[in-house]
Amino acid sequence: MDMVRMDGGSASAAVPEDQCVPTRRSNAIQQFTQQSLPSCKPVLSPASVITTFFLMGVICIPVGFVSLHASQSVVEIVDRYDTYCIPDPFKSNKVAYIKDSSIPKNCTLHLKVPKPMKSPIYVYYQLDNYYQNHRRYVKSKSDKQLIYGLKYNDTSLCKPEDSNKGLPIVPCGLIAWSLFNDTYSFSRGTVGLKVNRKNIAWKSDRDHKFGRHVYPFNFQNGTLIGGGKLDPNIPLSDQEDLVVWMRTAALPSFRKLYGRIEEDLDVEDVVTVKVLNNYNTYSFGGKKRLVLSTSSWLGGKNDFLGVAYLFVGSSSIFISLVFLLLHVKNPRTEEKESQGKNRRPCAARN
Amino acid sequence: MPRTAKAKIKWSELYSFSCFRPNPAAGGPAPVEQRLGQPGFSRVVFCNEPQKHRIKPFKYSDNYVSTTKYNLLTFLPKALFEQFRRVANLYFLLAAVLSIASLAPVSKISLVAPLVIVVGISMIREAVEDWHRFLQDLDVNSRTMKVHVGNGLFVEKAWKSLSVGDVVKVSKNEYFASDLVLLSSSFEDGLCYVETMNLDGETNLKVKRCLEATLNLNEDAKFSDFRATINCEDPNPNLYTFVGSLTFKSQSYPLCSSQVLLRDSKLQNTNYAYGVVIFTGPDTKVIRNSTASPSKRSRIERRMDRIIYILFSMLLVISLISSIGSAVVTGSEKLKWWYVQLQEDNSFFNPSDLVFSGFLQFIRALILYGYLIPISLYVSIELVKVLQALLINRDVELHNEKTYKTVKARTSNLNEELGQVEMILSDKTGTLTCNQMEFRKCSIAGISYGGDVNEVDLAASKQMNIDIERYRFGLDGSDPTSQSFEMLEFSLADASTEKAIRDAEQGVDNFGKEKSRISTSGEGIVIKGFNFRDDRLMDKLWIGSSNVTDMIMFFRVMTLCHTGIPAEENEAGKFKYEAESPEEVAFLVAAQEFGFQFCGRTQSIMVVKELDPSSAIEVEREYKLLHLLEFCSSRKRMSVIVSNEDGRIFLLCKGADNIIFDRLAENGRTHQQATSLHLSSYAEDGLRTMAFAYRIIDTAEYEKWNKIFTEAKATMGPQREELIENASEMIEKDLILAGAVAVEDKLQKGVPECIDKLSQAGLKIWLLTGDKKETAINVGFACSLLRHDMRQIHLSTRKEAESRNSVEALENDILDQIEKCYRETRDKSNKDAPLALVIDGKALEIALRTDVKDEFLRLAVSCSSVICCRVSPKQKALITRLVKEFTGKTTLAIGDGANDIGMIQEADIGVGISGMEGMQAVMASDFSLPEFCFLERLLIVHGHWCYKRISKMILYFMYKNIVFGLTLFYYEVYTAFSGDVLYDDWFMVMFNVVLTSLPVIALGVLEQDVPADVCLQFPALYRQGQKNIYFSWERILGWILNGAVSSLAIFTINIYALSPAAFEDLGQVADLSHMGAIAYTCVIWTVNCQIALILSHFTWIQHLLIWGSILCWYIFLFFYGALPPGYSGTAFHILMEAIGPAPMYWAVTLLVVVTSLLPYFIHIVIQRSFYPLDDHLIQEMKYCRKDITENEMWLREQNNSKKATHVGFSARVDAKIRHLREQLQHKKR
Repeated sequence: MDMVRMDGGSASAAVPEDQCVPTRRSNAIQQFTQQSLPSCKPVLSPASVITTFFLMGVICIPVGFVSLHASQSVVEIVDRYDTYCIPDPFKSNKVAYIKDSSIPKNCTLHLKVPKPMKSPIYVYYQLDNYYQNHRRYVKSKSDKQLIYGLKYNDTSLCKPEDSNKGLPIVPCGLIAWSLFNDTYSFSRGTVGLKVNRKNIAWKSDRDHKFGRHVYPFNFQNGTLIGGGKLDPNIPLSDQEDLVVWMRTAALPSFRKLYGRIEEDLDVEDVVTVKVLNNYNTYSFGGKKRLVLSTSSWLGGKNDFLGVAYLFVGSSSIFISLVFLLLHVKNPRTEEKESQGKNRRPCAARN
Repeated sequence: MPRTAKAKIKWSELYSFSCFRPNPAAGGPAPVEQRLGQPGFSRVVFCNEPQKHRIKPFKYSDNYVSTTKYNLLTFLPKALFEQFRRVANLYFLLAAVLSIASLAPVSKISLVAPLVIVVGISMIREAVEDWHRFLQDLDVNSRTMKVHVGNGLFVEKAWKSLSVGDVVKVSKNEYFASDLVLLSSSFEDGLCYVETMNLDGETNLKVKRCLEATLNLNEDAKFSDFRATINCEDPNPNLYTFVGSLTFKSQSYPLCSSQVLLRDSKLQNTNYAYGVVIFTGPDTKVIRNSTASPSKRSRIERRMDRIIYILFSMLLVISLISSIGSAVVTGSEKLKWWYVQLQEDNSFFNPSDLVFSGFLQFIRALILYGYLIPISLYVSIELVKVLQALLINRDVELHNEKTYKTVKARTSNLNEELGQVEMILSDKTGTLTCNQMEFRKCSIAGISYGGDVNEVDLAASKQMNIDIERYRFGLDGSDPTSQSFEMLEFSLADASTEKAIRDAEQGVDNFGKEKSRISTSGEGIVIKGFNFRDDRLMDKLWIGSSNVTDMIMFFRVMTLCHTGIPAEENEAGKFKYEAESPEEVAFLVAAQEFGFQFCGRTQSIMVVKELDPSSAIEVEREYKLLHLLEFCSSRKRMSVIVSNEDGRIFLLCKGADNIIFDRLAENGRTHQQATSLHLSSYAEDGLRTMAFAYRIIDTAEYEKWNKIFTEAKATMGPQREELIENASEMIEKDLILAGAVAVEDKLQKGVPECIDKLSQAGLKIWLLTGDKKETAINVGFACSLLRHDMRQIHLSTRKEAESRNSVEALENDILDQIEKCYRETRDKSNKDAPLALVIDGKALEIALRTDVKDEFLRLAVSCSSVICCRVSPKQKALITRLVKEFTGKTTLAIGDGANDIGMIQEADIGVGISGMEGMQAVMASDFSLPEFCFLERLLIVHGHWCYKRISKMILYFMYKNIVFGLTLFYYEVYTAFSGDVLYDDWFMVMFNVVLTSLPVIALGVLEQDVPADVCLQFPALYRQGQKNIYFSWERILGWILNGAVSSLAIFTINIYALSPAAFEDLGQVADLSHMGAIAYTCVIWTVNCQIALILSHFTWIQHLLIWGSILCWYIFLFFYGALPPGYSGTAFHILMEAIGPAPMYWAVTLLVVVTSLLPYFIHIVIQRSFYPLDDHLIQEMKYCRKDITENEMWLREQNNSKKATHVGFSARVDAKIRHLREQLQHKKR
């Protein structure tokens, strides 16, 4: 869009010239009060419109391609295991299976690597139809308690998981109580793949939001047992699974980081995953997936951004072409304007 | 002339009879006496004993007059009440209360803080405005006047300390501080002259007369032991009646309205007057008459209310969806969602009481989506309007250099209404005219003096010359054949036209020269009331002319036939005069300039210094005043009978031309034809004309007539007036025409130009005046509201109908007239002939009755100009209201006097002229102007700007809140309607208060579609406001849609781009807080970029505020995130650690901004390219510098942009050109 400098109206001329040279400041105030500050006015002439759209296209399309390429370069293995991991006799009553603690929940998955995967390979678990963003759920935690532990004893926010047998729960609240507790162990062929489970949470969370000297207390001791248990000897700041879990997801379908495999995987490699299928998603029909994914500079595998950029960019180019055509066919030049005597451009239109 | 001598003249004896002087005896004492003391007539005033009024039964209110809305005690409750009358504010109050009861989904502070800020700012504004009113009151209340303090001592006291019973002394040109009963005056017979312009707008002086009993109380000392008691009516608003009696020296005298001097009227032509205070402060009639100024709201604001209602219904709908959704989800998922433990006791998600849970959710949703309701809209608008008003007040072009007065926007909430005015109802005196008469032209013995350059001819000739130039230009151009032909015709125009043009051209030059001479050298030539330039008459040069005798007679009429008196003499021996009407003053001043100086009068002698033509020296002559036959509106003439030193008796007569012409002798008609020609041309220029005639009476005839007349005068009883009239009729005949004069009711500076511009901008101007019809029509011509080829429709009550004395007959009569006119306008082939309606007060009274008014208004609205004369203040207000209601258009009333208050308050916008002394109109007005002509700039520039600013601002406000509010709703769908919020509480607080508020204020204060000079050049731009193009429902709905689309774009892109895969290279996924921060960034970018698209005027301020707001968000996020986790909530370290380093964040922002603005951008591009509005075209032309490069086209577009109008100077010029062309065509055939 081209800009043109236009000095304000006649009002500025009202200042007598023979006055002592006004300072810059008083001049600016004068211009302001007389509403004649110099201004830039972009005017949408046909040429500038066509260029604008064209430029938008020129910017968006490459960005789209780059993003799409980044997304395509990511290798991702997604495996849904929640139904697969249920033994056939329990297929009809999954909830009973998961609730029965006497049945072992072991399960083995075999993942084939479609493309070479460079380390680090991120391991995620993905839950669907899980409303971590439910208001009651989101609010059910005590940030202060996570930092100060038992020193901070107002756990009213954590109801109904605030205390048990008259003693406060650390960490309290529904989020911690429903901690995800499926575990995975990986091996390639016979060799185990080491999964690094450190540094999976945000550093600021570990350092500032979860107490270094706060230890789980009275956790999962109630009648109602939610999700995972915590080792009472490890401070909260080191319980990275909990830290990750406590970062509530925005949408009902979300992934959370489980760990990193710091070895490259080759094509046709088969990764064997031993799953402890503990977590109850069966009650509410949630799905569980295991995701192995590399990452690019833009993050994980998601074509949306690239496609959207390409779409917007190409529509811009298209619009600019349409306007160009219209302009060529029906030019609104100065000639026309000055000849258009019959057309009263200034007759007010609605 | 010594003052005492003047004061000694007993006017009551000088006047032979009076036509409409109120008879003090009228009314009869009996009924008055009976009523006094009864309820309603209970006031007792102890004259000169104010101390008696300090104790209970006689304690009346003091003289302090207050116009403030609040006082210290009432401010808080009243102002709060005003604030919470607004639905939106009430809603937010409720939300705040609920938030305290922890029902709200967001923190308390985020609801309470904005409300407190918003209401606080509004209340501060109210307080400041009221403070100004208070200061103004203080100013009025601390004016001083002389009050008797005992022992004949008069001391200056402030108005407010005046008490009932005080005796006051009022000097010339002072205002009365309260209602007084006149005791005596400087005139021996206790008369005094009062100007009541502030009360009823009438400019002529009223005579008040004291009681005979108090006549001799005419010195300070005589009041030392004066005691009297007045019994009178209780305070009431009736200006023209008064009932009371004065008990003085144990005798009772009836009092009537002619002894009462009302507050805010002014003593004139009388050196001093004594009076006793009877009504003070709020009891005075003028204050009783004033009504509290109604709070006005602009059309846009009223429509804005409806927008708020729409938003409210949107809010209700989505809240209902949310709450039902929540209830359904809670009900069906209660057992499955073990991780939420819905079965536990929580009233919001209680599966066993879904109805109650749903209801709570509904309330929570109402509060949550409250962002749809722009809370800060009201406060922003108020702030913007105050700033707009400030800029209007500071405009140098609206600044009167002489009086140092500027335009004042007194109530700032009508700024944008100024851009939508379609109808102007204007007062005449003091508004259009200065209430100053100037002697302009005269015609003596068939020769016109005083220059005959007619401005219309002048402009017409100029215009035609330009046309000729253009044709010549065309000759050189490409298409010579046809145009040159025309050109030839043109140049071969008949000689007379050519000559007319040439003459006019010369006139222009002369005119210019004369003007420059006067303005540069000055030389003290400018004489008030005398604007006459003709060398033939000035500097005694007329002595040499051929018809000296005619001239002498003419000047004698001018010098002797009047009721004026000389007031002061300056060093040069020139007098200033005082008379009942300003015209007479103008005549006397003019006569003095011509060498006939009226030096003074005693009871029967008039002294004149005359220039003797034979010797060319001044001689002092005495004329004996035999009789004075006074002017009155039915006679329309005035005569004096004088005898000169030789004993010859003359009758000198002046009056309306037709009246004089009827009474001319056969031998007196020599110059009648020429004179009447001159008269009509004077009248067309809007000058007030008058014919002069004289007659020489031989002694015998005079003696005979004198007997009859004296007899008639001596007669008592009802037939007296008739007898006197008949007698004067007998002598006022066989006159010889001496000539005619034209005085100008001087228009205020720039009035014709202003009216011209306003009518081009499509405004209709109605003239409402208390003055008489002739004057009103004169002024109509002078300011081009009327012109000669207009068909004038006069509506008046007819004598016959009047005599029947029934309202019905009158109604039918008026109805007949209206229908006839209406039919004529329909039937006539010359449909385009402009119509002008002239209606007088009496007819108006009938025409405004319920069963006639529709017909009348229909006719009136179809007329190009409407003049209502002799209308009372009440009628002014009534017309204003009816016009407002009937047409539904925005009306603006402008006036300067207290008589205009009703109309000023009734109109959508009331404008007061602050040039004059009286302040009532200004106090009641919404805007005050020092001069009428500022109206042009106020409406066409500021009104236009403010209209666009406010409409754009409201639309944008709505947009940004919808964008923000709907993202909250969309997110709700993804949280199973549980009421969770995507954004951090503080983000939400910041949204309206900091991050988006300043650019929109800049939009409201600084936006201009085109600069001021272009606004004035293209009046068509103003019509956008009249048609309300920028705030039409299409636009409003369009913006709502735009908001919905933008928010959808923001939300979907965020959802799909950020989930479920990782959003940065370290494999982290976006959680709720990241998503919130990113989406919020997108919202901030979108709404701020959107305003950049809306703006068409970018100064550094806008740039600073828009880009600054965006930057501010990052800065805020940084610092907020840097706070310890307990304070920063979900935003802890978010920018630096999580989203800042992620390219995805920036890529999403860019994509969202482009996508969400694309629909709007495409829309404006299409509109500008294919359906451009006027302002777009003008912007484009201005942008291409067409105004400089292609001046001709620029001018032509300007012409095209004017509305075809019949009113105004240009229209007159056009008509003249048409007329000349027609003549030309005629000649050619």
